[in-house]
Amino acid sequence: MTLEIRYFAWLRERVGTNAETVETEAATIADLIAELAARDEGYALAFSDPGAIRAAIDHALVEMDAPLAGAREVAFFPPMTGG
Amino acid sequence: MAPPPIRVQSAPFDMGAELNAFAETVPGAGAIVSFSGITRDLATGDLQAMEIEHYPGMTETALAAIRAEALDRFQLIDAMILHRYGPLAPSDPIMMVATAARHRADAFAGAAFLMDYLKSRAPFWKKEITTAGAAWVAARAEDEDALASWSIPDHATQS
Repeated sequence: MTLEIRYFAWLRERVGTNAETVETEAATIADLIAELAARDEGYALAFSDPGAIRAAIDHALVEMDAPLAGAREVAFFPPMTGG
Repeated sequence: MAPPPIRVQSAPFDMGAELNAFAETVPGAGAIVSFSGITRDLATGDLQAMEIEHYPGMTETALAAIRAEALDRFQLIDAMILHRYGPLAPSDPIMMVATAARHRADAFAGAAFLMDYLKSRAPFWKKEITTAGAAWVAARAEDEDALASWSIPDHATQS
């Protein structure tokens, strides 16, 4: 499946890009994180603390075990600090 | 014409003018409560600027869901949310919420709910630029606790 991946805040800085298109067979958000973290040191560092990462599928917050089936856009970011 | 109830913008805004405009659109209201967030000086006092990043598309969806949940839970006549992104100067207004209700209890509770919810569920991230460098603001556990105290249903944050 083809996914558009977006990164924000310090995750974006650590992976070195704000968006990319990936081809993946990952079944869940957690699987996708494992796949990305195995890429290189920057990705490994960005995803080194799963508890500090939030994920969204098509603009909706999801848990780490959320299935990717049908997803178009996935986003990774740190806990939000608006307000 | 009334301004849209959800606005995400880089431009500065006038808190007083925004509140007056909101007040004109809520006939029957007996109470209006507003909250404004301001870029604060750090303990060290050397904040030069703040940069707010957000997730266009998801931001608007999340804020609309937050507002809808507040209107659903409290006896509100209306509610508005305005949030800035991009570079901000010290003492700049960052964002504001306002609620209108017949009575003050609903207006106060609605505004507190909007803020607690927005803090941890709207995709904004603050970065502080000081003379020592730039650093992302860390989320505070108290903010997650404040949100949990309202017993947020999953459907409200995940759709």
